[in-house]
Amino acid sequence: MIEARSVAFRHATGPWLFNDLSFSLREGQTLVLLGRNGRGKTTMLKCIAGLLKPSAGEIRCDGIIGYVPQSFAPVFSYSVFDVVLMGRARHVGLFSNPTAADRDRASAALEELGIGGFARRSVATLSGGERQLVLIARALASDADVLLLDEPAAALDFRNQATMLSTLRRLATQRGLTIVMTTHEPTHALEIADRAVLLHDIGRVQEGAVEDVCTEANLSDLYGMQMKRLNAGGTTSAHIVADYSSVR
Amino acid sequence: MNAGADDRAIKSTYEARGFGPGAAITGLVTLLLVAAVASLSVGRYAVGLGDLSTIALGWVGVGAGREAVAEASWRVVELVRLPRMLIGAFVGGGLALAGAALQGVFRNPLVDPHVIGVSSGAAFGGAVAILIGLGAIGLWSMAFFAGLAALLLVLVMSRSAGTSSVLMLVLSGVVVAALFSALVSLTTYFADPNDTLPAIVFWLMGSFASATPERAIYMLPVVALFATPLLLMRFRINVLSLGDEEAKALGLKVERTRWLALCCVTGITAASVANSGIIGWVGLVVPHLARALVGPDHRVLLPAAALLGASYMLLVDLMARSLIAAEIPLGVLTAVVGAPVFLVLLHRTQREAWRA
Repeated sequence: MIEARSVAFRHATGPWLFNDLSFSLREGQTLVLLGRNGRGKTTMLKCIAGLLKPSAGEIRCDGIIGYVPQSFAPVFSYSVFDVVLMGRARHVGLFSNPTAADRDRASAALEELGIGGFARRSVATLSGGERQLVLIARALASDADVLLLDEPAAALDFRNQATMLSTLRRLATQRGLTIVMTTHEPTHALEIADRAVLLHDIGRVQEGAVEDVCTEANLSDLYGMQMKRLNAGGTTSAHIVADYSSVR
Repeated sequence: MNAGADDRAIKSTYEARGFGPGAAITGLVTLLLVAAVASLSVGRYAVGLGDLSTIALGWVGVGAGREAVAEASWRVVELVRLPRMLIGAFVGGGLALAGAALQGVFRNPLVDPHVIGVSSGAAFGGAVAILIGLGAIGLWSMAFFAGLAALLLVLVMSRSAGTSSVLMLVLSGVVVAALFSALVSLTTYFADPNDTLPAIVFWLMGSFASATPERAIYMLPVVALFATPLLLMRFRINVLSLGDEEAKALGLKVERTRWLALCCVTGITAASVANSGIIGWVGLVVPHLARALVGPDHRVLLPAAALLGASYMLLVDLMARSLIAAEIPLGVLTAVVGAPVFLVLLHRTQREAWRA
């Protein structure tokens, strides 16, 4: 579904952000990009989305891509429905307007994410988490096969993080969407991802199954501080916590 | 995940207005019809509604037609007021449509057709035509092609880095507008103070007084030619207004779409400047009024702005030719009316219809 081969990126005058990054992702799989600020997580997402061209290597991606940016603040305060309907843009001709079928598709996408009641509200009145759901609905409305999300769970409270993760898991398992997302929360990777990419220092990249890659040692190395893995008694989920006292 | 959403009393602009886009468009069409009838009827030589309807029915072959009314009445209506009304409606509607589209394309509610330098280019072309003594068709085509040349100049300047961002476009537009304004000043400096200078100055101030049936015949199709694609691509303008990156991610060919819209805007603006000088504020104020009425969705906003712009221009023209004995220049009147309206709108709508 997504095949990245020896991808490298640098801005015109800047240093290499990442180098020799390869991975492949099958339909319905989820990949999480982890790394410190400025290591190129968002850049990698944009390369996959075709918004940026890699400096070297190539990325092959089958199917329609739905890109969900981290923030969404349009100049004009469109209604939620209008925003989701814009997901149909690639299916609507240059000199045409969306048809009734397009509008039905947008409504269905809103219902699927449980935000049908928002349709006529202005996006300007929505919270950050609600906007993320609207953008995911827009991606669904575009008939996306691949979902690229830039920190979808950032700035959400714990309950909303859990809702977001279960929504993404449902989209991957039930609809077979291929998902690539960035996060600063390794626990989220353990929670929903099949594979993980750690963007270390320049040129150093680790890629593999999430359980193999997201180890205490690797993550401590990645963030430059002590990271601990906890398996809460009686539960199946593992947690990664930062030991803040390790940085003084 | 919508905890607290119901508590928030903020309603969308749609719910707050209490009427749908369909009702708003119907209202605007009615307003335009009223303005059109008024501009055919009112004037120094008043034509009653009875005579007017007899003449109008005659056009479609119903009733006695113009033979049944005084000759002066049908001559005033058919040869003077009808072309003036049609040109006024097309200029006003075209400029408002162009402004609304530009605000969407540039993601900036404060731009209007002057920002991309087209008006100044067209003004320069027209001023040169008057200076060297070309007739109406010469003036018209010089203004039109100079407006297009201004857009091409903006295109070349803004693409210096390989792609043209919105910021580079606006900056290049400001530079080109300033350049052509200076050239217009230079032209007036060389103009004969007894002859061509007043002609240039009054033309630039804007007026429909020169409207003739012949002018309407080559003015209206040009405006329609450029306005039609712009109206048809209004859903695309919604997507463009989200920003280049998002529009590209949603599958748009961003630059191609943007330049198509800009060419249409240029055609409309140049045609209207060529015909009736620089009429400012319409392209800025009317889109805001329309947005307050129907909301930000360009699928409804563009037709609404065109209808409202046409009515606005007809009413302002009516004021221009009936407030005092002489005609007030239109450009002056649109600014005098537009500036305070715009101030009020800014205060009332900045939190609802758009956020900077």
